[in-house]
Amino acid sequence: MNGLLPHSLLADFGGAFEFIFQKQVSNVTGGHKVGGFGKVAELALTQIELSVVSLTVAILVAVPIGLYFGHRGTGEALAIGLGNASRAVPELAVIALLAAVVGVGFETLTVTLALLGIPPILTNTFTGIRQVDRASVEAARGIGMTEFEILRKVELPMAVPGVMSGVRTSSINVIATATIAPLAGVVTLGAFILNENVYGPNGVLAGAIVTAIVALIFEFALAGLQRRLTSKGLRLQAQ
Amino acid sequence: MRFNHKRPLMALAMLVAALALAVGISACGSGSSTTSAESTEAEGGEGTGGEAGTITSNPANAKVSLTIGSKNFPEQEILGEIYTQALQAAGYKAKSDLSLGSETVALKTLKAGKISGYPEYASTALTAFFGLEPEEVPSGATAAWEKSNEEFEKEGLTAFEPTPFASANAVGTLKSTAEKYHLKTISDLEGVSEKLSLYGSPECEERIDCLAGLEKYYGLKFKEFKPVDIELRYTVLEKGQADLSILFTTDPQLAAESEKFVILEDDKHVFPAGNVIFVTSKKVAEEAGPDYQQTIEDVQKGLTLKVMQELDARVELERQSPKEAAAAYLESAGYVE
Repeated sequence: MNGLLPHSLLADFGGAFEFIFQKQVSNVTGGHKVGGFGKVAELALTQIELSVVSLTVAILVAVPIGLYFGHRGTGEALAIGLGNASRAVPELAVIALLAAVVGVGFETLTVTLALLGIPPILTNTFTGIRQVDRASVEAARGIGMTEFEILRKVELPMAVPGVMSGVRTSSINVIATATIAPLAGVVTLGAFILNENVYGPNGVLAGAIVTAIVALIFEFALAGLQRRLTSKGLRLQAQ
Repeated sequence: MRFNHKRPLMALAMLVAALALAVGISACGSGSSTTSAESTEAEGGEGTGGEAGTITSNPANAKVSLTIGSKNFPEQEILGEIYTQALQAAGYKAKSDLSLGSETVALKTLKAGKISGYPEYASTALTAFFGLEPEEVPSGATAAWEKSNEEFEKEGLTAFEPTPFASANAVGTLKSTAEKYHLKTISDLEGVSEKLSLYGSPECEERIDCLAGLEKYYGLKFKEFKPVDIELRYTVLEKGQADLSILFTTDPQLAAESEKFVILEDDKHVFPAGNVIFVTSKKVAEEAGPDYQQTIEDVQKGLTLKVMQELDARVELERQSPKEAAAAYLESAGYVE
């Protein structure tokens, strides 16, 4: 109907923002209005909660494994191969499987989204550690540091940018994919996107816009965190 | 009246089913074999009683190209295929463009001239397109068809005669739950619904022909409402997660596993039953000639509730393609040889 003309595009966005701030009439609700700031905020919070929990689980699983294999310098094929292979797992398949075994709900979605979040963190942590200057590691060993000390005091600080870039990639993936949660019992912003029948094109666009905003906020927050975690020396080097 | 759902999950459910079979869980295996036995019997019955007879090919139709659409769930895809194959048998150059999405998308596609027509539930048309309240939807199939046709005509569209079967949303539960709380009708839920969880498709929550209607007309409050993919509507009951789940009256599971699942009678008529009407543009109908309407109305004559349930079973439980199910119907009902 409306092509790619700028003015109609603007009109679409205007409709979406109206949906975010004011309740709208819907054809199929028998009178009651849908959307509005309260509802949008409620669903956005649920989406953030689900994303944070899933991302935390992903970090807790992926970082230690990445550190271990990165430090030992073995299992590259395993870490990278598994990481890359699991990217090919479709989330909806995981949900369908888990739904039949343990049922639907927050836990099922956490597992699904954590599985999605693990590969980038695992791969980036592993390569981050591997790329630490070998001379520094040998020097640390030379002055008598234990293997754990080497990992904690030499390798990990120098691998922070790698680990964090993995976390940032994962956070975007997880937040965006959390829109499928309404197919498994948790109402996130995806409800607006999945149900054009109820919320109309404005609702679909509003859901997408707010999801993008949430993702951007995470991105900025994590970028800030990364700067704080990166040691001064490395920061100077990067400049 | 059925909802929109995500197609990928269906494909994945197939994968799950395949895995389940491989592991040796034969839970749905036994269900399927019963259905296929019933299906042959019922369709055979339709075939012998089939007043429509074989569709004859008219060479004059060969110059007309038609594209038949459907919404994105099995029943719609089967119907789309039945119409497409019947029109091909009548000599038309017909192809299908299934799984267009929700009714909003399907109607837009039709109005844009990208499809010639698609099957729609009369009740959905009246409530979703023309703003009727569920209680305003005429209960008779003919009255509902005439009412929607009146509205469609205003928009340059037209709807053909309704199918014999009708589909509606229904509140379903396990037989054991129904017995425990003495549930026969939806009204019986008064006083116990606060203890029960209801699962339905994500859009159910706001829809007047779903949760919003149950709250408004029956005055029911549920312990919780949880959205799930349509494909999971029986899984959540079987897993014991949902006490109540929104089902469809044409669901093959209801026929195949009547000892396990029951639906509660909609005694206040909140879920209008919809017979399927084929919606097309007036322009296409004129250009395609009289065989177009005739073929569509003839070929759907055998589609009783029982037959439709069995066709749904072929696709949803036995994992045939909608194309295969449609072909089997046309053949066993004697429309093609």
